[in-house]
Amino acid sequence: MHPAPSIILFTALSGLGFGLMIFLGIDPPSKGGWVMAVFSAMALTLACVGLLASTLHLGHPERAIKAFSQWRSSWLSREGVVAVATLGVFGAYAGLIVVFGVTVPILGGLAAAFALVTVLCTAMIYAQLKTVPRWNQPLTPVLFVLFALAGGALLAGKVSLSLWLTAFLAAAQVLAWVQGDRAFAASGTTLETATGLGALGKARLLEAPHTGKNYLLKEMVFVIGRKHSTKLRVIALVLLAILPLALGLVFEVKHMLAAVIVLSHIAGLLVARWLFFAEAEHVVGLYYGKR
Amino acid sequence: MTTLPDKTEKSLGLAIDLDTCVGCHACVVSCKEWNTGAYGAPLADTDPYGADPSGAFLNRVHTFEVKQPDQPAQVTHFPKSCLHCKDAPCVTVCPTGASYKRVEDGIVLVNESDCIGCGLCAWACPYGAREMDPVEKVMKKCTLCVDRIYNDNIPEEDRVPSCVRTCPAGARHFGDFDDPTSDIFKLVEKRGGIDLMPEQGTRPVNKYLPPRPKADTTPQVDVLGPLLDVSTQDAGGFFGWLDRALDKI
Repeated sequence: MHPAPSIILFTALSGLGFGLMIFLGIDPPSKGGWVMAVFSAMALTLACVGLLASTLHLGHPERAIKAFSQWRSSWLSREGVVAVATLGVFGAYAGLIVVFGVTVPILGGLAAAFALVTVLCTAMIYAQLKTVPRWNQPLTPVLFVLFALAGGALLAGKVSLSLWLTAFLAAAQVLAWVQGDRAFAASGTTLETATGLGALGKARLLEAPHTGKNYLLKEMVFVIGRKHSTKLRVIALVLLAILPLALGLVFEVKHMLAAVIVLSHIAGLLVARWLFFAEAEHVVGLYYGKR
Repeated sequence: MTTLPDKTEKSLGLAIDLDTCVGCHACVVSCKEWNTGAYGAPLADTDPYGADPSGAFLNRVHTFEVKQPDQPAQVTHFPKSCLHCKDAPCVTVCPTGASYKRVEDGIVLVNESDCIGCGLCAWACPYGAREMDPVEKVMKKCTLCVDRIYNDNIPEEDRVPSCVRTCPAGARHFGDFDDPTSDIFKLVEKRGGIDLMPEQGTRPVNKYLPPRPKADTTPQVDVLGPLLDVSTQDAGGFFGWLDRALDKI
């Protein structure tokens, strides 16, 4: 699949923002209003920038309001609805703490729950697609949630919890890669089922329907990701988990070191998310003899 | 509403005969022509006369070769357009309600004024039946020529999808798959029409009629060969004499 920067920023940044909201909602910083103000601003900014980035790839962003209507069937619509609800509830909760110094734990719990559901909905946009076997597995939502939790805990300054979550995240990511590599073959979709010609023998494309490119090829056939897959996986894993874990376990984490760990984690997240899109193969490529 | 109807009153669709299709692409051209001037925004192209032409099409013809290990290869032309699935995954993923499946005839359509151009429906379709219009930035797909089949302003014989009307080989058939008395129902029954990618669970309405088995694939003895050999038997005159004289040397 074509790795559109807008979608990568959307899933990565909003995941971090909502992940941070989960921890602020459950356990707000005890040092008072100003600290909460800084953390909340960070969470809201990440989530809002991510959501705005998602509108960049739309053909008609001016009609985006219509996307809140189909929550009965569409994970994308659900994601929009729950994301806005989360922003509202979290905004009210954080506002009460910052402005009036009043902490309402129920509101915080609700904000955390909504934030978690938002991340799940984001993941389901991709996990629901049978046409992309690599994404169509239960590990996809698990991975998105672990990304949000590990990143959120890190941003919230809960270092030891974050390191544990990062270890789980790394394990889930490796498992998802291994399973993902087998997913296309396991889906059972081949050129023979795609054309229905399997009974006559082994099929191959003789002539493509057109000599130039088209929307389908631009959007759903992308080979650079798979070509460098192994290298990118190692880079992602080192930045995402191995470096933060090594630093966190060897040294006592103070502000400067925490910043290094955060930056490394985010860089790893972006590489992993780029790869999530770039190495995924869509079954439509079979019709073009490309994947 | 992007939830799918439990049942549609009809299931209009196409049966495509892979045995008959000659791969002339006439259906591709007529589809493009009709849908550029009819329903919704024109079906646009970018750089159509330049070095890198590209554009949105609702129907495309692929050509595949099928081969058994020790048999000659068989070529099959393969037109592909929206299959108007009963469990259309493109419809349920749509966040705005722009994509819908009609209760009255089962046609899957896009309401272009509601489409935000997010492209998720094209990702959800396993068949590559949806393409984003490069100019209008809304999703385009086969409408089963909904603006022809019910159109009282055109002659009755034209009230079929443009691709069906134009096919010179008669490889495309249109009708109601829910009606056991319809020609298309009987045709699909008789020829063993198949679903594409049944494992994707989309339950397509359109059916493909597989190529008929070749009657005889044993290597042929060339009976005409000897008769077509160069003969100088009747040559007369100087060259006839030369021919005979040279034969004797």
